[in-house]
Amino acid sequence: MTMKVLVPVKRVVDYNVKVRVAADGSGVETQGVKMSMNPFDEIAIEEAVRLREKGAATEVVAVSIGVQASQDTLRTALAMGADRAILIRTNETLEPLAVAGLLKIIVEREAPGLVCMGKQAIDDDMNATGQILAAKLGWPQGTFASAVTIADGRAEIAREIDGGTEVISLALPAVVTADLRLNEPRYASLPNIMKARKKPLETLDAADLGVDLAPRLTIVSVAEPAERKEGVKLNSAAELVEKLKTEAKVI
Amino acid sequence: MTQIEREEMEFDVVVVGGGPAGLAAAIRLRQIAPETSVCLIEKGSEIGAHIVSGAVIEPRALEELLPDWRDRNAPLRTPVTEEHMLYLTPHRAINIPALDRVMPHMNNHGNFVVSLGEVCRWLGEQAEEAGVEIYPGFSGAELLIENNRVAGIITGDMGIERDGTQGGNFAPGMILRAKQTILTEGARGSLSAHAMQRFGLRKGVESQTYALGIKEVWEIPKENHRPGLVQHSFGWPLDDHTYGGAWLYHFGENLVSYGFVTGLDYANTYLSPFEEMQRTKLHPAFRKHFEGGKRIIYGARALSEGGFQSIPRLSFPGGVLAGDSAGFLNVPKIKGTHTAMKSGMLAAEAVAEALTKDTTEASTFTALVKDSWLWSELRDVRNIRPAFSKWGMKLGALYSGIDSMIFRGRTPWTLHHPHADNETLKPAALCKKIAYPKPDNKLTFDRVSSVFLSSTNHEENQPVHLKLRNQSIWRTVNHDVFDSPESRYCPAGVYEQEQDGTEWNLRINAQNCVHCKTCDIKDPTQNIEWCTPEGGGGPNYPVGM
Ligand SMILES: Cc1cc2nc3c(=O)[nH]c(=O)nc-3n(C[C@H](O)[C@H](O)[C@H](O)COP(=O)(O)OP(=O)(O)OC[C@H]3O[C@@H](n4cnc5c(N)ncnc54)[C@H](O)[C@@H]3O)c2cc1C
Ligand SMILES: Cc1cc2nc3c(=O)[nH]c(=O)nc-3n(C[C@H](O)[C@H](O)[C@H](O)COP(=O)(O)OP(=O)(O)OC[C@H]3O[C@@H](n4cnc5c(N)ncnc54)[C@H](O)[C@@H]3O)c2cc1C
Ligand code: SF4
Repeated sequence: MTMKVLVPVKRVVDYNVKVRVAADGSGVETQGVKMSMNPFDEIAIEEAVRLREKGAATEVVAVSIGVQASQDTLRTALAMGADRAILIRTNETLEPLAVAGLLKIIVEREAPGLVCMGKQAIDDDMNATGQILAAKLGWPQGTFASAVTIADGRAEIAREIDGGTEVISLALPAVVTADLRLNEPRYASLPNIMKARKKPLETLDAADLGVDLAPRLTIVSVAEPAERKEGVKLNSAAELVEKLKTEAKVI
Repeated sequence: MTQIEREEMEFDVVVVGGGPAGLAAAIRLRQIAPETSVCLIEKGSEIGAHIVSGAVIEPRALEELLPDWRDRNAPLRTPVTEEHMLYLTPHRAINIPALDRVMPHMNNHGNFVVSLGEVCRWLGEQAEEAGVEIYPGFSGAELLIENNRVAGIITGDMGIERDGTQGGNFAPGMILRAKQTILTEGARGSLSAHAMQRFGLRKGVESQTYALGIKEVWEIPKENHRPGLVQHSFGWPLDDHTYGGAWLYHFGENLVSYGFVTGLDYANTYLSPFEEMQRTKLHPAFRKHFEGGKRIIYGARALSEGGFQSIPRLSFPGGVLAGDSAGFLNVPKIKGTHTAMKSGMLAAEAVAEALTKDTTEASTFTALVKDSWLWSELRDVRNIRPAFSKWGMKLGALYSGIDSMIFRGRTPWTLHHPHADNETLKPAALCKKIAYPKPDNKLTFDRVSSVFLSSTNHEENQPVHLKLRNQSIWRTVNHDVFDSPESRYCPAGVYEQEQDGTEWNLRINAQNCVHCKTCDIKDPTQNIEWCTPEGGGGPNYPVGM
């Protein structure tokens, strides 16, 4: 039995970077800031690699859509344990609809049993690509996964929902999107980074794949959140209650 | 502890540290010995992530390394157009006239204002293109010593829990074997310190001395931006016996680099380099430059100031020291980039020779340095920094004028560094407290909001990387005698004294550490040891720094 897992990974501004709105207000400054793999995608890669290590999957293929430098993100995926990688190169910023369209082409070519991806990218926070891809493929989807078990051609997914967990069972092939608690991703260790340099990485051009990449959304404006007021240190619970009554007037 | 099994990889040369020195060394090696395998590791999450510099740089060494740097789009885009050296009194600024004659080392004609982090990123690309394997996010944690020689390094373990046990995602450090190891960790490198100690490299030379540089990058309105403007100051707010001053450079796209250097041989335990930096912005000579602007990056780093008198033996069995790790900074110029690069290039030449001749020590390195412009440049300015320690800022400046104008640096005498920086602090009882103004959150800020702008992060559960060699000394010496100087000199607010009933404790917020190395230098009894934390941790300075 072969079972391939396809893992889409996105290159985003590193989560440690304090993002800043560009001077012209058109978006976030990405020039010269550190980029890394979307943290939820690291979790997705980790899960796919664990499935392979457990024998539930046979191959892990990472795919990234973006500028040439997204190669680095793929190398990280390879160092974490993916077997090979595909870069779909484009200099445009693509919306989830276009990304899902490109991923569909790759799914048709690679015929994976499972697409395991992040629930959202921390740059645009769309939380949409997985869902759109599942719809385009006509596949079942398990979103916000906090546990994944594969058995007998089905995937059992524990989903994070308000106030608890919901367990669903999907027929494979399916799309699963990873939530924070699914696992703790491993480090890309130095020996594995060195070995990853020798793993296969294929490059395609987005423009050659016959997918409509035109944007559908317009960004009207981008603004920084209002500054938070400085907190104060209180000495006792009684003082807190007092303040909540007299200053905050909430109790 | 159980023996950890480590994977190994072998290279001809391993370079530790991806600053100007390490990158220049790696590029030079591949240029002169293209078959040499070169691996460079950098503890920052990417090349440039830990670089803090002014920076006005001299392109001299770059010109020698990559003569076609302009065609390769090197990010040296802002030539120096205008410069001023100011002597500050509390309300006035006196412009030092005829700067090019009185302080010829301050003459910046032909130099460029850059983001050194950006230059390093670019040098990293050039190095990769030349075939250097670069691995950011990994620190050199230990020297691998075999048969009395350095045989490579061991990278830091990842995934160790706070209590020292191996966590679920533990990844052991790796052995990187090398015929020659080039240590270019910048000022106060931790492996460099081990090598100096192990092989007695500092025998017969003076102590290395340091300064702490604290920097902010501002974005200002276009109409106020004067690209290429360079301004330095001395005098206020420091007293005459404390070495230091501010810099302010306009560069790039509406950016201003501002910062303050404080000599770490300061005596008043109540001095706070951070607060000196903050309050200098309030002086009319500086204030006007920030009008309508916004602070976008913050960072800090120590620089070596010992100069010529403090350069250790440069080679040892299995490796060499270059750049700020060896102390090649030109202090009166406050420039170490061109000297770091040049020393890296010469190190590469010596190492290449050792590889061909199959000798363990690249001992020709010292001779190469002595025959180069690097040596005469540092020799000619050797007395200037010690003159400031000896006679204070005003007389020191006068001496510096005489030494430069009349003797052109060829004085028949050499002044000495009287102390190591950890020996100069006076007990709190003998020091005057300094009343620093409260931050206004427009022009001046506190440490917490500052560290936020360094994008510093360390994996939370790891062991504290700032170690007290002896736990009780903090209470009896640091607290009781000096009133906890680390709570003031640390630019990241890592150290806080905490009262627990009648007992005083030191709280170490290690995750805020920006890797400036000041505590490792200034702690009165050298009781604080800065160790490499998990790779990738520390600041994440963006381009602009
Ligand atoms: C990969 C990733 C995934 C994430 N996923 C999610 C997610 O799924 N859902 C989600 O909600 N968030 C998520 N986050 C965001 C993360 O959880 C936020 O950092 C967290 O929500 C922080 O909240 P905060 O902005 O209030 O910040 P904080 O600064 O951490 O503040 C926490 C709160 O505690 C208060 N506080 C702090 N110190 C004190 C004190 N000494 N005394 C009294 N009060 C104090 C503060 O005032 C504040 O209200 C994610 C982040 C990452 C990097
Ligand atoms: C505030 C300030 C202002 C300055 N202004 C100027 C100026 O205007 N002009 C000028 O020419 N020079 C200036 N300098 C000096 C100049 O920046 C340095 O001399 C120069 O950067 C030294 O280069 P280096 O490669 O030796 O060390 P660094 O630039 O310090 O680089 C060392 C690198 O090694 C890494 N590293 C260290 N230890 C390890 C380890 N164990 N494992 C892995 N990686 C490690 C560090 O993260 C760092 O990236 C200034 C310095 C400071 C601090
Ligand atoms: S803890 Fe030490 S090295 Fe870290 S920022 Fe503070 S003084 Fe610098």
